[in-house]
Amino acid sequence: MIRDIIGYSLIVMGLSFDFFGALGLVRLPDVYSRLQAATKCVTFGSAGILLGVFVMKGFTTGGIKALICMVFILLTSPVAAHAISRAAYRSGVKLSDKTVVDSYGKHLKGGE
Amino acid sequence: MSGLIRWIIGLIIVAIFFVINFFFLDIVFVARLVNILLASALMVMFRVIFGPSAADRIVAVDIFGILIVGLLAMLYVLTDASFFIDIAMAWALQSFIVSLGLAKFLEGRRLDD
Repeated sequence: MIRDIIGYSLIVMGLSFDFFGALGLVRLPDVYSRLQAATKCVTFGSAGILLGVFVMKGFTTGGIKALICMVFILLTSPVAAHAISRAAYRSGVKLSDKTVVDSYGKHLKGGE
Repeated sequence: MSGLIRWIIGLIIVAIFFVINFFFLDIVFVARLVNILLASALMVMFRVIFGPSAADRIVAVDIFGILIVGLLAMLYVLTDASFFIDIAMAWALQSFIVSLGLAKFLEGRRLDD
C-alpha cells in the first residue's frame, strides 16, 4: 500500500519532468538552450520513472532490471549530451542573439 | 503580438489534451499516464521534423530514445510483463551509441579518426 503510494508519486514527478522537458524542446530559441532543457528530462524524468517502478515492484526480476537500467541511463546520457553540444559548436551552429557570454568561443580563439 | 497569439493557441491545445485525457476517457489510471508520455513524444517528433538545423534533430532523437525507455517502464507497470524492461535496457544501449556516432559525424571527423 505505502509502497504503491511512493512509487506512483515518483512516477508522476518523472512524468511532469518529461512533459516540461519536451515542451522546452519545442519552445526555446537555439540548440544549446534546447539541449539544456532536454537533459532535465533524463536525470529526473525517465530515471524517476524507473526508480518508481523499482520501489513499486521491490526486489523481483523486473525491479532489479529497472534499477540497473536507471544507473546505466544516469551514467551515459550526460556523455552523449556533452558530445552533441561540442559537435554542434564546432560545426558552426549560431548562438541565439540574446546570448550575453561565450566562454568556449573565447577559449577556442586562444584568449586567456 | 503574434508571439502572444501563438502562446495562447499552444496553451489551448495543451489544456484540451489534459481535459480529454483526465475527464472524458474511460480507461485505467496508468493508461492516462502513458497518454501524457505519448504526447511528449509527439512534441519531440515535431522538433525532429521541423528542426532548423541538423543539431536540433540529433538532440531530439537522443531525447526521443530516453522517452521511449520511460514509456517501456510504464508499459511494464500497465501489463505486468517483465520483458519490457529488457527492451528498455537494449534501447538505452543503442540510443547511447547512436548519439555518439551522430555527434562524431556532425563534427566532420572520419570513422578511423
